[in-house]
Amino acid sequence: MTGTFNTVIQLIYLVAASCFVLGLHLMNNPATARRGNQVSVAGMVAAIVATGVLVIHLGVISATGWIVIAAGILVGGGAGLYTARTVKMTAMPQLVSVFNAVGGGAAALVAIRDFMSVGSSIGASHSVPTVLDVIIGSVTFSGSIIAAGKLQGLITSAPVTFPGARFVNLIVAAVAVGVGGYVIAAPSMASLGIVIAAALIFGITMVMPIGGADMPVVISLLNAFTGTAVAMAGFVIDNTGLIIAGALVGASGGILTKLMADAMNRSIGNIMLGGFGSGDSAVAIAGPAGAGVQSIAADDAAIQLAYASKVIIVPGYGLAAAQAQHEVAALADLLESRGVDVSYAIHPVAGRMPGHMNVLLAEANVPYPLLKEMDEINPEFARTDVALVIGANDVTNPAARRPGTAISGMPILDVDAAKSIIVIKRSMGHGYAGIDNELYTNPKTSMFFADAKKGLAELTASVKTLVG
Amino acid sequence: MLLTDFIIFVLSLWVGFEVISKVPATLHTPLMSAANSIHGVVLAGAIVIAATAHNAVGYVLAFVAVTFAAMNVVGGYVVTGRMLKMFKRRPTQAPAAPAAPVAQAGQNSKVTA
Repeated sequence: MTGTFNTVIQLIYLVAASCFVLGLHLMNNPATARRGNQVSVAGMVAAIVATGVLVIHLGVISATGWIVIAAGILVGGGAGLYTARTVKMTAMPQLVSVFNAVGGGAAALVAIRDFMSVGSSIGASHSVPTVLDVIIGSVTFSGSIIAAGKLQGLITSAPVTFPGARFVNLIVAAVAVGVGGYVIAAPSMASLGIVIAAALIFGITMVMPIGGADMPVVISLLNAFTGTAVAMAGFVIDNTGLIIAGALVGASGGILTKLMADAMNRSIGNIMLGGFGSGDSAVAIAGPAGAGVQSIAADDAAIQLAYASKVIIVPGYGLAAAQAQHEVAALADLLESRGVDVSYAIHPVAGRMPGHMNVLLAEANVPYPLLKEMDEINPEFARTDVALVIGANDVTNPAARRPGTAISGMPILDVDAAKSIIVIKRSMGHGYAGIDNELYTNPKTSMFFADAKKGLAELTASVKTLVG
Repeated sequence: MLLTDFIIFVLSLWVGFEVISKVPATLHTPLMSAANSIHGVVLAGAIVIAATAHNAVGYVLAFVAVTFAAMNVVGGYVVTGRMLKMFKRRPTQAPAAPAAPVAQAGQNSKVTA
């Protein structure tokens, strides 16, 4: 390879990496985010084209090699394009998981294939990233597939665990790392095969015991893993484009993991050890009974909402599960047309992945300036006539402010500060933390027992007929 | 070479932390999806291993890697674009309520700040 040629290729990778950074930077505002995505695409095209030119220049590629590349891009690109165009916004977490899986899998394959061609003559500076890439990439691959399966409902979202499960996890992880160390000391394909198998098993056993409600953390963490695996693949084939891009994704996944864990007031280790997260459908405790709980009919709730001057809607996981985002937007539009000031209070873990609720509401044509983050909206509850809570439970429980409860210290939305509170809920069933929500017994609170989707449609109809 | 790569890796992590911590929670899903597309750059690595493959096993591994990576990169960018398109200040079909523009203007300054 000539020096000048190599320099040009490296500079193109630098341009691509700059585009990735700039693209992410433009994501800091919804108004510029689309341009950010386009800048990122431009960087990607540059990096891929440069790689194609590099491959031609090296001149070692066979005709079959070209066919393999073309066929792979057609098949993979086609599949990606189709799913990306047709996927429902409620299924975004699954899709992101699948992309994590294929990204991690591809990164692992790069290292595996490279190891096969280099063989036992591999040096330590080469074998260390190879082993890391194979372990992280394989864990990401199998773990993300399990996560996607749980989110899609193909695998139970309840924690799957058995006595001694943690011990088994530990053994499998020890095998992957231990044999990985052996591969570095005495490289052989057979040992690397054991590492791959152990890492794939560990990915499964790591995600299976984690409950549905913890998925925002798991997806973020697997995203960070994928980025790291890609960066390791960059070390293996000495490609700075991959290293920089992988590191950026690793950082992004890391930050989101931390944010999500903080919002649930749990450590990442606690979540990964798993076993106490609940599934999607919490067991409904029979009857809307309960001491000091007052229920409300649709008409009365509608009147309260229609004559309020300020309403804050608090959507939670239950709203996403019931896919009621369009119904809530319809009610909000109607109230706004009557001059009611409507905004939305979004808790960081309101959906199934970071920011998921915002996307669902954006899809239902809710203007993004109305979507308020927790810290921004909390002071506004005191000036609010009606807080309408839909499918949110633990994130509204005032018990979090006291020590000694399961959710103590968890950041919550100050819904109880509103002048009156209406909660749409199917039953008095517990949230994820499994404790009573003190908000429901608050004298200011009225419970409207209904499915989120049906209940919201009823409210909208009542507002129209009563005050329309 | 390894040391240089490692320096690049660590500095990129810092750049990533710095840039991404400024992204508002509203955009966290598109952010993750965009990050997802970026790690699709592993397609470059997959192309390199396809170029050096010269036997059946090598071709199969390279084909799977290229397919995976292409799915990642194409799907990731398309779905990110689709999501970002939905984020609107105010939908055109809904006439703005009298009180809304004021509230909106106050919010705008916060978003851009």
